[in-house]
Parts: sequence; C-alpha cells; structure tokens
Amino acid sequence: MINGKTCARPSILLNTSLVADIIPDHIVIMECLDLVRYQLMCLQGVPKYGVTPLFPANACESGKFRAEALFPGRLSHCASTETDHGTPLAIPCSGNEQRTIDSGEAMNNRLSKLSRNFLTASVATAALSLSVMAQAADTIKVGVLHSLSGTMAISETTLKDTVLMMVEEQNKNGGVLGKKLEAVVVDPASDWPLFAEKARELLVKEDVDVIFGGWTSVSRKSVLPVVEELNGLMFYPVQYEGEESSKNVFYTGAAPNQQAIPAVDYLMSDEGGAVTRFVLAGTDYVYPRTTNKILESYLKSKGIKDADIMINYTPFGHSDWQTIVSDIKKFGNTGKKTAVISTINGDANVPFYKELGNQGVSAEEIPVIAFSVGEEELSGIDTGPLVGHLAAWNYFMSAESDTNDEFIETWQSFIKDEERVANDPMEATYIGFNMWVEAVEKAGTTDVDSVRSAMYGITVPNLTGGTAVMNTNHHLTKPVLIGEIQDDGQFEIVWETKGGVMGDAWTDFLPESSKIVADWSAPVKCGNYNLETGVCSGQNY
Amino acid sequence: MNQNLRRVVHNLPARFLLLLLLILSRPVLAVSPEDLKPLLSKSSWGQLEAVITSLAEEGSDSCQQILEHWLNGKLFVEKQHKRLVFAEKTPDKQYRIFDPFFTEGESKDTVSELGTVKKRALKKVRINNQLRSIIKTALATWDLKDSDPKTRINAIYASLKTLDSKTLSTLRNMRASEENQAVINALDMALALNLFQQGSISEQIEAVEVLTGSDNPFIRSVLADTLTTTENTALAQTITTALAEIDQRQQYYTVAENIFFGLSLGSVLLLSAIGLAITFGVMGVINMAHGEMMMLGAYTTFVIQSVFPELIDQSLFIAIPLAFLVAGAAGVLIERLVIRHLYGRPLETLLATFGISLILQQAVRTIFSPLNQEVATPGWMSGSWVINEALSLTWNRLYIVGFSLLVFMVLLLVMRYTRFGLNIRAVTQNRAMASSMGIPTGRVDALTFGLGSGIAGVAGVALSQLTNVGPNLGQNYIIDSFMVVVFGGVGNLWGTLVAAMGLGVVNKFLEPWVGAVVAKILVLVFIILFIQKRPRGLFALKGRAVEG
Repeated sequence: MINGKTCARPSILLNTSLVADIIPDHIVIMECLDLVRYQLMCLQGVPKYGVTPLFPANACESGKFRAEALFPGRLSHCASTETDHGTPLAIPCSGNEQRTIDSGEAMNNRLSKLSRNFLTASVATAALSLSVMAQAADTIKVGVLHSLSGTMAISETTLKDTVLMMVEEQNKNGGVLGKKLEAVVVDPASDWPLFAEKARELLVKEDVDVIFGGWTSVSRKSVLPVVEELNGLMFYPVQYEGEESSKNVFYTGAAPNQQAIPAVDYLMSDEGGAVTRFVLAGTDYVYPRTTNKILESYLKSKGIKDADIMINYTPFGHSDWQTIVSDIKKFGNTGKKTAVISTINGDANVPFYKELGNQGVSAEEIPVIAFSVGEEELSGIDTGPLVGHLAAWNYFMSAESDTNDEFIETWQSFIKDEERVANDPMEATYIGFNMWVEAVEKAGTTDVDSVRSAMYGITVPNLTGGTAVMNTNHHLTKPVLIGEIQDDGQFEIVWETKGGVMGDAWTDFLPESSKIVADWSAPVKCGNYNLETGVCSGQNY
Repeated sequence: MNQNLRRVVHNLPARFLLLLLLILSRPVLAVSPEDLKPLLSKSSWGQLEAVITSLAEEGSDSCQQILEHWLNGKLFVEKQHKRLVFAEKTPDKQYRIFDPFFTEGESKDTVSELGTVKKRALKKVRINNQLRSIIKTALATWDLKDSDPKTRINAIYASLKTLDSKTLSTLRNMRASEENQAVINALDMALALNLFQQGSISEQIEAVEVLTGSDNPFIRSVLADTLTTTENTALAQTITTALAEIDQRQQYYTVAENIFFGLSLGSVLLLSAIGLAITFGVMGVINMAHGEMMMLGAYTTFVIQSVFPELIDQSLFIAIPLAFLVAGAAGVLIERLVIRHLYGRPLETLLATFGISLILQQAVRTIFSPLNQEVATPGWMSGSWVINEALSLTWNRLYIVGFSLLVFMVLLLVMRYTRFGLNIRAVTQNRAMASSMGIPTGRVDALTFGLGSGIAGVAGVALSQLTNVGPNLGQNYIIDSFMVVVFGGVGNLWGTLVAAMGLGVVNKFLEPWVGAVVAKILVLVFIILFIQKRPRGLFALKGRAVEG
C-alpha cells in the first residue's frame, strides 16, 4: 500500500520463461517485477534514471510506458495480467490519482525551494560574518575504512591506496565543489567489531561526508547499524552475496546475478563446454554459503539433478587440498562434462590451484570458475599450470579501453610499481568514487540525503569501455565478463554480456527473496519491500 | 603448403618471386592460406575451430607445430607485418619471435628466428577450453607415432572418447607392429572398448573380460552406462561382475591414496611442529613467534629466487641452509634480547613472543608488501608420479614427506650423539647441575632456541612449495604446531613424530566422510578429550626429567 491507495495492477506482466526467450539467456533474467520497475521508472520520468541498454528511450513516451518498444513483437506471449502471487501489486497510480500525488510533490518541491533559498541567503550572511567557520569547512573529508593489518590486509590495502589515488587525482582537477578532498584513513585491522567502532569514529569524531570501505560481508554487516543510525554514506566495492539493500550503502561490486548466474550460463552454453555436472566449492562463511544456495536453486531450475551437484566447504586458510582435489577428479570422471564453481576465499586459493596443477586437473577437462580470484590473488602463484581456468568479474586488467589504459598508468605511477596489477574491486571503487563526486556536484552539497537522491541514475564511464549506472536499489548496472587465466598472471576475456546487467539486491532464485524488492526512490522507499504482504520490513541485518 | 603459407604471412616482396617459383613446383595442398586467415584477425570460435580441422587434416609436421604452439599459448600474430609467429618470452620481458613454417624435410629445430620485439607488437591467437580439447584430440593423431611410449599411451587413452573408423585402423596397424608391452595393453583396451560399443552380445561379453583389467574412468563409465540400458541378462551379469571387480580395486587405491594424503599432511605438521618441539617441548618456552620463523624461511626462499632467477631448480638447496641461518640468527637474537629475561614466567613469555610475531609480520608487510609473493616450484617437484590410471601421487608432497623425515632424523642424531645435544639435554634436565659442571647454560639456551627457530626456517622453505608466501603464513600453522607437540608429549621428539603422522592420517580418513570443516573439529575435540585423560600427551617423559 502506498499513500493509502492500492492501485490497478500493471497492465503487462511477463513470466520468466518468456523473458528468457526474448533476451539471450546470458543477459540478466528479468522477472515481471523488473518490468513493473520499468513502468515505475517511466511514470516517474526516465531522465531521473538514465537510459540503460535494457531500457531504450522510446519505451517511455510522454509518461506512458510502451512495453512494445521494449520487446517488439513479443507481447502476444505475455503470460497474464495477474501476478503469480495472486495479490495485487502496489504500484503508483496512473491518471488522476497520479496527478494528485504529482501536485502534492510539486507543492513539496516549491516549499523546499523556498526553504533552500532562505537557507542560501542565511548561509551567505553567515559566511560574511563568520569567515573562520567557512575556513573550517574548506575540505571535504573522505573516510577510508579498509583493513591495513590482519588477514584481510592483503586485499584491502590495495583499495585504501586506490581511494587515496582517486582523492589525489580529484584534487589535481580542482577538488569537489571548489573544495579540496581530504582522506581520513583508519585501520579496522580485519577485526569485524572494530569495523563498527571505526565507522562510528569516522562519522562522529572525524565528521566525514562519505566512507569507502569494507571487504568481507561480515565487516559490512558490522558497519550497517552504525551508518544507518548516524545516517552516513558508505560505498562498498566488493562482489557479495546480495540479499541486502541499505539506505546508507551503495553497492558497487557485483550482486550474484552480475557474477554467479552469468558464469553458470556461460558454462552451460556450448562455448563454455556444455557443462552438466557441477562442484560448488567454497570457504565456509556467509558469501559462499548464500551464493551456493542461490546457485543450487538456479541449477535445479535448469534441470540439473541433485546427483550432479557436489557441494564442499572448507575452513578459512585451508591449505591441504589433496582429498578435495582428488574427490573433484573422481566426481568429474563419469563422462559428463564437469566444472568447479569456486567461492574459495583469498589465501586458500594458492594451495588449491597448486594442488590442481600437480594432480593434473587441466582446464579443458574440469574448468574451475572462480568468483574471488582476481589479478591480485594470482600474483602469488606460478600460473603456468592454471592456464584456461576461469574467473567471472565485471572488470579485468586486460580490458581494452582508453580509460583503462589511463587508469592503469595513473595507478602504477601512484604506487610507484610498474608491475602492480589492477583488479575488479578497484574498478568498483573507481566507479563508486566518481559517482559520488558527480552526485555531490549535482546536489551542490555533501549532505547525505541530497547526495543519495542525486545518485540515482548517475552514469559514469567504467573501465571496460562502457558505462555504469546507479539504480534505485543501490546496485549498479554493469557488464559481466568471463576471463581465462594466462601464464603471465593476467586474464584474457573470452566472453562478455552484451550491454549491462542490472544488479539485483534480492535474488529471484530463492523463494523467500524473490518476492522482495529494493527501491529507494519514491514511492516505495524501501530496501526490502515485500510484494506479497506490502510490508517494508526494514531488516537488513 | 608451407610456402603457400609463407606468402600470406610474410609480405616481403623480395621473397615473392622465389616463393612463386616454389609454389609452382609443389603439389596442391590441403590447407590454403585462406584457411589460416581467421588466425590473423579477431574471429569467432567457430572459424578458429575450422582452422584446427584443416590443419589436422593436412597432417604435416609444420601443422603439428602450429597446433602445439597454439595450445601452449605461444602462437602470436605480429601486428606490424600481420603474420603468424611463435614467440618466447625472454628474461627481460621481451619476446623472441620465430617463423612458424619450415619446409618439409627440414628438422623442427631449425626454425628461423625473426628477431626480438616488445609485448605490444604481438597479439596472442585466441584460444579457449573448447579449442584446447579439440587441438588435443587433433594432436593425439601425431602423438600415436611418438617415440616415447608414455606419450603413445596417453594418446591412445585420449582417443577413447572419439573412436572413429580412421583412428581405429591406425590403432589396429599400431597393434600389429607395437613392441612395448604397456602400449600393447593400452591398445587392447581401446580395441576391446570399440568391440564392446559396436559388437554383438557375445563379442561384448568377451570385451568386458578385457575391460575389467582397466582402471580408466571413461571405460568404467561406458560399462556402467551400458548396464542401465542393456536388456540382455548374460551381458548385464558380466558387466556387474566386472564393475564389482573394478570398484574393488578402486577401493584399495582410495585407501592407499588416503594413507598417502594423511602422511603428507602429517609431514607438514611434523615440519612445522618439530622446531617447536625444541623451543617449547625441550626448553619450555611458549613461543608464539614460532610461525614467523617459518615465514622468515619462506621469504628467504623468495629472496633467493629473485636474486638468482636462473637457478629455480637449485634454489631450494641454496635456500635450506640459508633459511636455517636466517631464522636461527633471528631466534638467537630473540632469546638474548627478550626471552632470557622471562624464563620461568610463561605468561609474560607468551605475551612477549606474541608481540614479536606481530612485529615480524608487520615488518615483512612493510619491506615486501602485504601481497603474497610468488615462489616458483622447481620442475622436478611439479606434477605427479602416475602409478596407474587411478592412482597418482604428487611429487612435491612425496619430497616433503621424505624431507620431513630427514630433518627429524638429523635432529634426533644431533640431540643424541653430539656434544651440543648432550649440553642441551643436560641444561634442560637440571640447569643448576649442568652449570656447576661448567656448561655455559646461557649460551646453550641461546643456541637451543636458535636451533629450534632454524628448523622452523627450514620448514618454511618446504611450506613455500605448498602454500602462500605472505605475512600470514606463520599464523596458519602455529595452532597446529602446538597441538601436535602437546598431543605427542612435551619434550619427546618421537612423540611429535607419532602425533603428527597420526593426526594427519586420522584427519584424512575423516575428511571424505564428514568434510574438511567437521574433520578438523573432530580432531580438536579428540585431542581435548585425550589431554583430559593423559595430560602429558602420548609419550610423557617419566622420572626426574619431569621436574626439570
């Protein structure tokens, strides 16, 4: 229920199988919900969101949503106008009722404009009389919340350096809103509760305007209550398991449908070897467990039987992979094409790949596709025996584009190491930082609420030659790439999605999540809106 | 064909006339330059696949070489001349390029070098896993003629999945002239498999008899598949018996494999614990920085390999004594500067050494970088020892099992038969008495601690071959080390050996059964219960030494 009114159901709904039919299956699987979203976007005005490859400009004409333009000639396949759940969907009203809301909003706008004018005026006077105060606010503070010691230092130090580089570059270009940026670096030391304390320190003591930070999901979950309580703004740059959308966090890494699902689709295609048997191997913590749950349900929906799925978890930093690799070998020896989907974390990967190489598991027999192995992780391994194993990311250092060349050059000269690699979380940091800068410029202030609303629809170049768009569920639209490990420790891109894939905060492949959507724009304004009950649970952690 | 190809890839006008003459004098060949064109530009996977087929059909040595280099990622397009080249990386990050085409009759080794170029001048010919397996199958045709029997056997097994009439006739011809018994066996399997797939019921039953002797997983899966589809009871009976026999053998292999895995895990535990058995077991110092001594050893290996990049194969032999010295020296320093003042105060020792471990970790992070460092594995330690189709043991693990036992024996001999060992035992058993006998107890303490640390450093060299070389290396092993020493009985080297190997084997037998996470938990629970019952571990020291 929105604004006390439950309005008509959307006129067009598609079912999943149809969408899979229309869009080649490696493109994001949209459920009818996404169509509803597009309708919503249309009603609220496209320019606010930007036009994505999946949502062409002509799909929305003078406020009317034209699904025909989105899927030309295919609407005769439409499933029904009923939702699967049998309950009416709460979407904004069209026609007269919509206008009433509009005029109400216009009134609000006018009011806020008035108050803003008043504010500007008073600020001007204040600035004249109190120049000391103006000086105090000369810089904009950017918090960096990455572990610089402990287990995660290996990955997170790089991101700290990336933010520092971006700050330096931005300051060279005149800063933001005419002010210089100032980075405030703290060290949460891979200690999850410490993440919450340090976040509080950044927001209360240092009074930063934005935080870039976090790597593990548990560190993010630890920060969530703090940024929500203090209304902070955080950018989280790492691929994760989804099932979350906080008002105060922008997720610039991949959601499962931007990494795991396309990777499986690739493996099951002829090009990827038409795999019919899967090993899901992961480290025993929240990201692999959730991802594997999603994948298992997805594989079953694709007709893979229980007997053809093997799931294996290992402790953090597991170093003795003999038994598991030998099991994988036996599992793959049945004649059916087998692949390993690895969510093995960080340090455990080196001994895993070494064991694979030594036991002679070659990529053309049993390819391993990894979601946590990037250029940085490979820099500690002799990749000779691993050539051909895969990884799925939204960015590879080997991507051919001018922005990427420029980025790598700046990075290597900043870090003073010509051999230093770049990886996907760095690109996510790059995108997040640029989006924040643009949003601040657009909003004209660093105030969190204004920046947040300015974020929606912001489009910045990514490093692979395309663009990234921020959606109202606080996730990005960006391309998905599959890369193959090369003997020089780089990846060669062997496959990529056509156009961007929109990040889905709540997966469509788990029954309890499929009915939940995240949309922080009006009128839903919720990160976990239950379409069945019409309730916003507000529960992320 | 080769000259034809030259025409496409070498646009050197000077050669043109000569080439034209050569072309005219040669017969028409199967692969036209047009066929190779897809390699020069960005082509679809399908187009590349067609190139492989035509190269395989052509069948000359030149084609084989192109396919081999393509498979190994050494086939490039030189952008400037738009020609195919083989490229090899030089130590100074440049690429030496070679002409991929040689005239029939010339030896493969006489490929002409075309010069040295930068990486940017080259573009690798694309390949993915699909193409790799197609190329491998194509190359199997050449490998059947290889002089090495092992290559021939592998080629025969590689061809099992695609037994067409052409391959079969090649195999039959081979069978007639083959002399090596192992190759003959493999050939018989392949022919029997074909008979099983194509023949009448009686022939099938006959073939099953032969196939029973095979450990090849593909053959087993063919048998199992037929069992589910066949309607003939006699055949089903035979297959069931055959499968039972194969599975029986597999069971034995699995047990053998598990024992090896267990010993291998045990040897890693032994290596990491044995230094601690000296510092903690014999001296009674709770040394939390023990893991960092291993880390120092591993970084020594890394430094050796970066200083002498051309000596990868020998690097470990240089690293072992050096790691012993580096870690040993660090141990002596720590003992003299810190631990000496804390004897008899275990809690303070624990905190102090924990602090030292953090300092060492951060130092390494600052000096080298927080990233893992790449330590190369020497050629002789890579790969595995293939005993048969179902059982193979990895070389690096085999060497480490041997190495750990060697270190153990050396240490035992030092402790028992040298003056230094005698001194150590004297000081730890009764310090006051040893001192009054004229043994310099302070120096012995320092050297003993150095010995324990040095052995940890040596263990680090071995670990660098198995796991990450990074600042966290030590932390991953410290808990396990203490576990082994406590379980084995403090102060008893033999206890450490038995505990390490025992825990390794138990862990590895539990793992396939309950998974890695639970296996680890079960082992820990077992040790806790065991320590409750026997607080002094497996082999407790008895008599007066206990009070020492």
